[in-house]
Amino acid sequence: MKKLMSGNAAAGEAAVLAGCTCYFGYPITPQNELTEYMAKRVPEAGGVFIQSESEIAAINMVLGASVAGARAMTSSSGPGISLKQEGISYLAADELPAVILNMVRGGPGMGNISPAQSDYLQATRGGGHGDYRTIVLAPSSVQEIADLMPLAFDLAEKYRNPVVVLGDGMLGQMMEPVEFDHIKKSEPVAKDYILTGAKGRPSRMVRSLIFDVKEQEEHNWKLARKFQRIEQNEVRYETHLVDDAELVVIAYGTAARIAKGAIARLRQEGLKVGMIRPITLWPFPTKIIQETSKTIHDFFVFEMSAGQLVEDVKLSLEGKGRVHFYGRPGGVIPTPVELFRIISRHCYQIQRVKKS
Amino acid sequence: MKKVYSRPKSLKPAHFHYCPGCGHSIVNRLIAEVIDEMNLGDKIICVAPAGCGMLIYNYFDVDCLESAHGRGAAVATGIKRVRPDNLVVSYQGDGDLAAIGTAESFHAANRGENITIIFVNNGVYGMTGGQMAPTTILDQVTTTTPVGRISEKAGHPVRMCEVLAVLDGTSYLERVAVHKPAAIVATKKALVKAFQHQMNKTGFSMVEILSPCPTNWKMDPLQACKWVEDVMSKQFPIGLVKEVQC
Repeated sequence: MKKLMSGNAAAGEAAVLAGCTCYFGYPITPQNELTEYMAKRVPEAGGVFIQSESEIAAINMVLGASVAGARAMTSSSGPGISLKQEGISYLAADELPAVILNMVRGGPGMGNISPAQSDYLQATRGGGHGDYRTIVLAPSSVQEIADLMPLAFDLAEKYRNPVVVLGDGMLGQMMEPVEFDHIKKSEPVAKDYILTGAKGRPSRMVRSLIFDVKEQEEHNWKLARKFQRIEQNEVRYETHLVDDAELVVIAYGTAARIAKGAIARLRQEGLKVGMIRPITLWPFPTKIIQETSKTIHDFFVFEMSAGQLVEDVKLSLEGKGRVHFYGRPGGVIPTPVELFRIISRHCYQIQRVKKS
Repeated sequence: MKKVYSRPKSLKPAHFHYCPGCGHSIVNRLIAEVIDEMNLGDKIICVAPAGCGMLIYNYFDVDCLESAHGRGAAVATGIKRVRPDNLVVSYQGDGDLAAIGTAESFHAANRGENITIIFVNNGVYGMTGGQMAPTTILDQVTTTTPVGRISEKAGHPVRMCEVLAVLDGTSYLERVAVHKPAAIVATKKALVKAFQHQMNKTGFSMVEILSPCPTNWKMDPLQACKWVEDVMSKQFPIGLVKEVQC
């Protein structure tokens, strides 16, 4: 049965159904509904909820719960995610699983509480100090938030690495019907690294301080090999009307949702526009973009920032094809009509160039 | 022949990296003795800090996690909430506990987390070369207070036991030292008591240990011990600060 829920609450419900037993968080808009939902729901399910004194404390509580063997998560928005970066770097270095949800708001600095996609580079480049990556999942509907939360926990445990779920204020706060029936707790993974007290086994240590540079280099290469495996195995994306397209929009999350509306209008006008929607922002769906570029030359990057996703698209294309860009930073939510106008202008220009 | 003294089982056969005359090695040994005597080797989970105490996981033969600088009380909270029947101990220095980690320490104490903090107070940032710590006493010369700590510019030394004592979540707070045999015996007793408090789930416990740092105090080990007795313990009075019924 479907339930009408906000994206924030749906994320919480899906996490609990997926076996998340620990939630640590600090209030920040636009994700408070999640913290509030978890305050009630997690203890009901027999788990641990703490409203921490700061985002820094919350991520370190996640680290402690994770090293003790639990499925743990935290959530925040831009400014709070910046504070969590210290802990995320340690989680990656210690190879500990964790899920971090970022309902992005307009920034930099305090910014505002409107939806934005301005934390793309922070999320996809690791975000904290050192040589590491986080897996980044980008839902574009409330249902998809619910669908991706269990995957986030599974991937975090499979690769022993933090996973970021990157939404925005709109996805967090809008309400949509959501189905949870398919969400099952996955089979528990054997964790031979967790700290439980050294009963009947040698003692263990979990650390990231490696004085010996050769040993540190070896550790970094080990992480790098893991990230390569993730790049090979975990790319996820959706294609929409790409087969006959003359121009392909590349957008994720809320922007992709808006783009779909615009594409429906463009198709009514006879303009052949399709879309590739990255679901994993890291690893980035480079291969599909490269393959598409063999037949289609025009790519239109649309994002709610001044231009971050566009960098990955350019990197993927390696100089092939033409990259058009439209961004609205600062928490502005563009409308499908606005996007329709912009894209149609580009389409007609492309047609004019082709004719001449 | 009867063996009267040996390496505690909970100490790995490793060489301490601590400087000659440093109090950390005594504290490490005492903790290991208490773990053995209370039979906690398979129950304890230690949290190591950033700073001179960082490498305790090379010495303690028990489960250990290395925390980010100052976050010991937060990670210990996470561990303890998941594993309430384990003994969770966070080992921290003065900069770690009372400067960068003040918020985490204060709020873990305020929540009454059933964890124990072993707080080694030597009045300086040892590992980074002897800079001023929150517990550096007035007029004490450090690399960042070259003319001595002046309160108008650098604030006052923080008495953490007394700060935390006002919080209802704290159950046992005692200040001890390791500069002379009688003090060392008292320190061991305090560690036992703190662990008992945690096992009885009475709330947050902390043992603050005044500890000589001859290298950064620019003293020989004997002078450093004397300085703990004559100067440091005047600023940080040794003794029980707070205990609720265990």
